[in-house]
Amino acid sequence: MDELMDFKEAVRRFDPVIGLEVHVELGTATKMFDAAPNVFGAQPNTMVTPTSAGLPGSLPVVNGKGVEYAIRIGLALGCQIAETCRFARKNYFYPDLCKDFQTSQSDEPIAFDGAVPVELEDGTVFTVPIERAHMEEDAGKNVHVGGVDGRIEGADYSLVDYNRAGVPLVEIVTRPIEGAGEKAPEIAASYVRTLRDIFRALGVSEARMERGNVRADVNVSLREDPDAPLGTRTETKNVNTFRGIDAVVRYEISRQAAILAGGGTVQQETRHGQADGTTRAGRVKSDADDYRYFPEPDLVPLAPSREWVEQIRADLPEMPAARRRRLKTEWGLADDEMRDVVNAGALEVIEATVLAGTTGQAARKWWMGELSRVAKERETALDDLPITPVQVAKLQELVNSGRLTDKLARQVLEGVLSGEGDPETVVAARGLEVLSDEGALLAAVDEALAANPDVADKIRGGKVKAVGAIVGAVMKATKGQADARRVRELVMERVTG
Amino acid sequence: MNNFARSEIATASGDSLIRSTAAQQAAALAAGDISSRELTRLHLDRIAAVDGAVGAFLDVDAEKALAAADAADAARRRAAEADESLPELTGVPTAVKDLIVTRGQVTTAASKILEGWVPPYDATLVKNLRAAHLPILGKTNLDEFAMGGSTEHSAFGRTANPWDLGRIPGGSSGGSAAAVGAFEAPVAVGTDTGGSIRQPAAVTGTVGVKPTYGTVSRFGVIAMASSLDTPGPMARTVLDAALLHDVIGSYDPLDSTSLPDAPRGMADVVRAAQAGVDLTGLRVGVIAELDGGEGYQRDVVDSFHQALGLLEEAGAAVQTVSLPHLEYALDAYYLIMPAEASSNLARYDGMRYGLRVEPAEGPVTADRVMAATRGAGFGDEVKRRIILGTHVLSAGYYDAYYGSAQKVRTLVQRDFAAAWQQADVLVSPTAPVTAYRFGEKDDPLAMYKLDVTTIPANLAGVPAMSLPSGLSGDGLPVGFQILAPQRADDRLYRAGAVLEQMLENKWGGRLLAQAPELEVQ
Repeated sequence: MDELMDFKEAVRRFDPVIGLEVHVELGTATKMFDAAPNVFGAQPNTMVTPTSAGLPGSLPVVNGKGVEYAIRIGLALGCQIAETCRFARKNYFYPDLCKDFQTSQSDEPIAFDGAVPVELEDGTVFTVPIERAHMEEDAGKNVHVGGVDGRIEGADYSLVDYNRAGVPLVEIVTRPIEGAGEKAPEIAASYVRTLRDIFRALGVSEARMERGNVRADVNVSLREDPDAPLGTRTETKNVNTFRGIDAVVRYEISRQAAILAGGGTVQQETRHGQADGTTRAGRVKSDADDYRYFPEPDLVPLAPSREWVEQIRADLPEMPAARRRRLKTEWGLADDEMRDVVNAGALEVIEATVLAGTTGQAARKWWMGELSRVAKERETALDDLPITPVQVAKLQELVNSGRLTDKLARQVLEGVLSGEGDPETVVAARGLEVLSDEGALLAAVDEALAANPDVADKIRGGKVKAVGAIVGAVMKATKGQADARRVRELVMERVTG
Repeated sequence: MNNFARSEIATASGDSLIRSTAAQQAAALAAGDISSRELTRLHLDRIAAVDGAVGAFLDVDAEKALAAADAADAARRRAAEADESLPELTGVPTAVKDLIVTRGQVTTAASKILEGWVPPYDATLVKNLRAAHLPILGKTNLDEFAMGGSTEHSAFGRTANPWDLGRIPGGSSGGSAAAVGAFEAPVAVGTDTGGSIRQPAAVTGTVGVKPTYGTVSRFGVIAMASSLDTPGPMARTVLDAALLHDVIGSYDPLDSTSLPDAPRGMADVVRAAQAGVDLTGLRVGVIAELDGGEGYQRDVVDSFHQALGLLEEAGAAVQTVSLPHLEYALDAYYLIMPAEASSNLARYDGMRYGLRVEPAEGPVTADRVMAATRGAGFGDEVKRRIILGTHVLSAGYYDAYYGSAQKVRTLVQRDFAAAWQQADVLVSPTAPVTAYRFGEKDDPLAMYKLDVTTIPANLAGVPAMSLPSGLSGDGLPVGFQILAPQRADDRLYRAGAVLEQMLENKWGGRLLAQAPELEVQ
């Protein structure tokens, strides 16, 4: 365990500068340079063509959809789109790299010079400067057999699965993010979350962190003060949770601060994020790797027409931040309510519920209340619960029309979640509808009063609170199907009337 | 040519049939004088008889060739019944350089690192051959991964020149050239990165064409230098080359550098030119920088000038044209080619296919397996170029070497653009010397220097042809090179067809007829 400085102390004494390189796997039907299907989770080495296996003689051809998605991303991040750009070869030997070079873009990215506004917890907006977004292909996957936790250390042998080889990636590189101060960890995590939301809104990727669809390399360096030149940085590779990104930045700031305060120097190195939020040194980057970049001679330069770029721009969907602002207003939610909704991942389901014909407030109440509780119990995501927004809206409609009380509605909800069908079906099957027959209600009230003459006297004597006991008795007698407010009215009418 | 009576096929005329041209063989097939199976069998027999001495083939698959021949015969029958037309070469066998992948048939690039590798797919040009029903007799020898100019650098033995078995057949498509020259295959496919079709054609007395870059698909052609590699036809006549060119050339969406609107129909151009034998109005530019001088054999230059006289006789206007930057073309080529090759050959690492060598001692890590495999699998010339290319691309040297070479390439392309203002075609000797003896150029630089005449066309991406212009004093073939602007391949065929006809009139037949008889086993 490295020596650490208290985080507050560290950011008081040093100015942290962070940088992020975010890779997103694009959800195209086929790979970036060949026709192999781009699917997750298939049997190893079944999703390959001669090209994605790098067989002798095979050649790449650019996937037009991949280029379109890259342009979409570039535009959404406020970037310029290059008039011409090229692919380059990044040469290095690694078993998961089937041509022993990665087709990427080095000095000629498709998109450059952008900015991403990132909303923070306290409602402020921090703008992250974007240097570039470029296209490249993913590598295959090494599977180490015989070691602990699938790590290469101690493994007997390794197998390679090339299904992922050639899957299109866009890499988004920030400029050094300065002025973040103590908010650096939050800014880093919120930035990647913002990108994730943008990718989803654009429809270019499922952007599932747990599948590694989105992965971040996190750079951190410290300097004495903001006017000093940038300090030596470390790069922590492939962090794929928001909490992990926050933890890595926080840990590296504390770790590097302890080193610098002790008069030491920070090693420029690659580090690996650990499950406990710490980082561990990987190989030392004494010199930059020599990738021997040169323009990919098998691919002609790309020149996206301006008309095409403008068409893509015109077709961009509403960005998540703007959409959240709009929905917040439309639904009449407070800032903190909206933030909770977003953090709970409930935005989409609430929006769908509203679209199915209910109010924002009512939809929020269901999803953030009862359904969030169930989801937590079942350890599942809200949108994976066996209930649809349409069913939730229907449930609320039954309440609004007076056919269900809130209490009955919760029982119906339980029925729907248990797979008993739509709310109407559950109501019918369980006989949960509010008792609206006035005659039957009156009979039940009279029965309860007759059974509790002392209570009736108290009420007459002015102790109105005692009415609750009668209402309770009626509710019990009607198995909760009576509307308590109506029962109360009837009791008062009978006793005082 | 219907003068081969059926009854004679098995005897002497079988021999004359395989010595005829592909067009003549196609005519015999069309006339029903012979079946593709019989024709293919004749060639397989010839290969069995002479290839022990020539060494043109690395692999001959008689069974597959005969099956393809049967399919060709069936296609002819169907077409006849349906009154449909077929590609002219239907049923005419061919040979394919072993740098080009053939599904289900071993492809090695003449390297130990791919020994025994059976590709699971066909190169696009091979698909084209199969679609046109040209039975593939076998895979021809080459310098390992097409690196070399003599076919001495094959991991599986050298190929001999049919004119003199003690001499090189040129390279790297030496196997294809020798197969055509030794009457083992009427036509063959080669590849040309810096002259690898034209130079072997020149030294074997055959015709070789490097088409415009991008007109014959590179998909399935094992890459040496991607921006230079160009597959093309090798044949005994300009017409045969045109016929094969028309079969293998196609737009290919699998090759990003493939040209969608390339000129087609070269055989028609040749036939029209042969009907007229007139080049009136054609401006022929003699490339001043390649017209003799140091390193050129005197009689090669003489032969070239005699051919120029014939072009003038046919009405062409001959003048000298200067391309000043050709002076640097050779140097630029020997930076760009190894740079691309070093990257293209990285994939032979023992991980997925081909040779895999585990280190004799010490830990078996991925790095060490890769190093041991490459150490054992690549020959000296390949290693030399990988090391050179790696150096050329490395940080700190990139601008000085690769960057400068690309600038020279641009200057060469501009030279050509200017030259086309003055001339419709450019001409030069194909190679400065005739076929040398095995081992004579053991200094790699001496071998590289012989590419000076052919490399400019590759740097510029323009089409070029070599056809025989006569024999040197030592009785060896000399090649005449014609170059044309990009996409103007038809000009090569027009000028080449006329010159060929005039030369044959002068010689009283094809030059190849003067080749010495090979001893039949």
